[in-house]
Amino acid sequence: MKFMDEYRQPALIQRNLAELRQAITRRWVIMDVCGGQTHSLLRHGLEAALEDVLELVHGPGCPVCVTPAEAIDAAAELARRPNVIVASFGDMLRVPGQRGSLLQARAEGAKIRIVYSPMDAVELAASQPDQQVVFFGVGFETTVPATALALLHARQRGLTNFSLLVSHVRVEPAMRAVMQSAETRVQGFLAAGHVCTVTGYENYHSFVAEFSVPVVVTGFEPLDLINGLFECVQSLEQGQPRLSNQYERSVSPTGNLHAQRLMEQVYEIVDTPWRGFGRIAGGGLAIRPEFCEFDARVRFQLADAVCSSDVDCRSKEVMLGVIKPPECPLFGNQCTPETPVGAPMVSSEGACSAYYRYSRSNELTS
Amino acid sequence: MNNVEIDITALSCPIPAETEHERITLGYGEGGYLTRKFIRERLLPRFDNPTLRQLGDAAILNIDSRRIVFTTDCYTVTPLFFPGGDIGKLAIFGTVNDLAVSGAIPRWLSLSLVIEEGLAWKTLDRVLDSIQAAAASACVMIVTGDTKVVPRGAVDQLFITTSGIGELEATAPPGPELLRDGDVLIASGPIGCHGASILCAREHLEFDPIPTSDCADVTAPLVALQRAGVAPRAIRDATRGGIAAILQEWAESSRRSCVIEETLIPLNAEVRSLCELLGLDPLHLANEGTFVLATAPELVEQTMEILHQHAVSSRATVIGKITPRRVAPVMVVRGIGREVVLDEPIGAPLPRIC
Repeated sequence: MKFMDEYRQPALIQRNLAELRQAITRRWVIMDVCGGQTHSLLRHGLEAALEDVLELVHGPGCPVCVTPAEAIDAAAELARRPNVIVASFGDMLRVPGQRGSLLQARAEGAKIRIVYSPMDAVELAASQPDQQVVFFGVGFETTVPATALALLHARQRGLTNFSLLVSHVRVEPAMRAVMQSAETRVQGFLAAGHVCTVTGYENYHSFVAEFSVPVVVTGFEPLDLINGLFECVQSLEQGQPRLSNQYERSVSPTGNLHAQRLMEQVYEIVDTPWRGFGRIAGGGLAIRPEFCEFDARVRFQLADAVCSSDVDCRSKEVMLGVIKPPECPLFGNQCTPETPVGAPMVSSEGACSAYYRYSRSNELTS
Repeated sequence: MNNVEIDITALSCPIPAETEHERITLGYGEGGYLTRKFIRERLLPRFDNPTLRQLGDAAILNIDSRRIVFTTDCYTVTPLFFPGGDIGKLAIFGTVNDLAVSGAIPRWLSLSLVIEEGLAWKTLDRVLDSIQAAAASACVMIVTGDTKVVPRGAVDQLFITTSGIGELEATAPPGPELLRDGDVLIASGPIGCHGASILCAREHLEFDPIPTSDCADVTAPLVALQRAGVAPRAIRDATRGGIAAILQEWAESSRRSCVIEETLIPLNAEVRSLCELLGLDPLHLANEGTFVLATAPELVEQTMEILHQHAVSSRATVIGKITPRRVAPVMVVRGIGREVVLDEPIGAPLPRIC
């Protein structure tokens, strides 16, 4: 398969892995920011292949995980109202709010539909004019342009029964929060390739300068990850923190300008609560006042997202890269993918969930 | 006075008559004239055989074998028709396959229909035709059944239950408890096709080519294996939960591990594309004509030779083996050569956000 098999060739991976190991003289701590990268590192056994020489920690880059529980409860509450349908991406459905997940709400009769694109929700609104359709807009900058476009289409078509319940988050402020944490041990970053496809990576120059850490824009296939790590390690070994792009087939320095314009037209940057992490300055996006009629919080008079009181788990430390998931006392007993306690366990892309699924010794030993 | 020509049809009330003609109504499930009419006109002509013709409360069967195999399954699928099959074909082959993987030759089926009022006769006839064709090709007789019509909204169009009886060919496969270290795992064909096909049809995902369900009868190669004396140690059709769920069960009942190699797993390009794009694992997707078997290493060559002689298993491939316990029940050797835990699906696979 084009653009995939080339990056999964076992011989090439083994060779580059050996080169990477040779280049390492110290056990550097490198954070991958995106949940997709975490998933891939564990799924392909790369983390295990490097654990004796490199410490890989996994940042807060799972948008599903960091969506506040309150936002999920709000979506469920809306879907229970008469004549309201909530449309959502599939992986949001299993994530528990404080009062259960959207899947549970659906079983109780709430009207929740899985869609594959926000535009499907616009079509749903057009085909059911007597229903209010609310799209649950979750995700990093990768999904933001699509929800912005959906809103603009709905406006253009004069749809008065479409709105967005927005819980969009931004990657760079989260990386900043990691570096500003007093406990941080992170020495280098793999930046999220898909997000940079939209945003470009020029905005990371100031980040690299400010915190003196290398940032490598990295993809998701095994070879992408090894090459990203290699570049990051080289930068660290040379003592020259720099910004580089190992995902050139997808990412350009300036990114997708059209998508950025859409984002800017519809959204403004706001401080936002991240589940399990707390409020992050500039960490989210809100619909601009001129589009407030499409904002489900305005239309249905919902309270602003709050930072629900953190549970006892150590998810924040996991997301800051201070500890590994198994170091949390709840990991694997009170907190499992079936009954998640902390944010990184709620979705398959979260660091704790990925660890649980790929690194555990489970029931056979019992 | 002028002669006025009266159009008689214009005087009738066309709407209810049309409805009665085109769509099934509750009356067809009430056991009276309409039910008998339904059986006489739609079921008997399609499934006719001496046992069914008696229309008794139960079918009387002449069974030679002292050991019979009995199973039941209910079928609900949205949409009713999908690339590669439909609910009718599924309801026959699904139950036939449950018997076949248990070492039996499928013989008799019951057929129960729960129909939502208002279902178009055209739709129902299409499903019944498909049932007829599938039953004929699998050489099974439908000998008893039931029909209910329920109010709109009580079911989604049509639910089908089939129970099946088969005669044990020789001996039942020993079962997964007896799996041994070194036993070889074989998949009978490309995996995940049914799950991918249903997902595309249900969600209107426009893949080109569109994945086609593998819905098929797997009896022939399994009977051939038994007759050739190369009976596998364990066989299962990999329906909901996919290959992953079966391997998980086998590992747990044998208290060993199943270790499979990703690069060996047969996979159609369209299923692979869909899985990569939506973040799904083909090992978790349902199959309806693909089975997994475990056999002793010395029987692998002969087993493969027989499987390859039958269309339904012509792409059978060795995918892994049974090993002493690892850290988890099922391990996958990914491309770079490391064993990684294969996670068990929790519920229905849900596509990823990005």
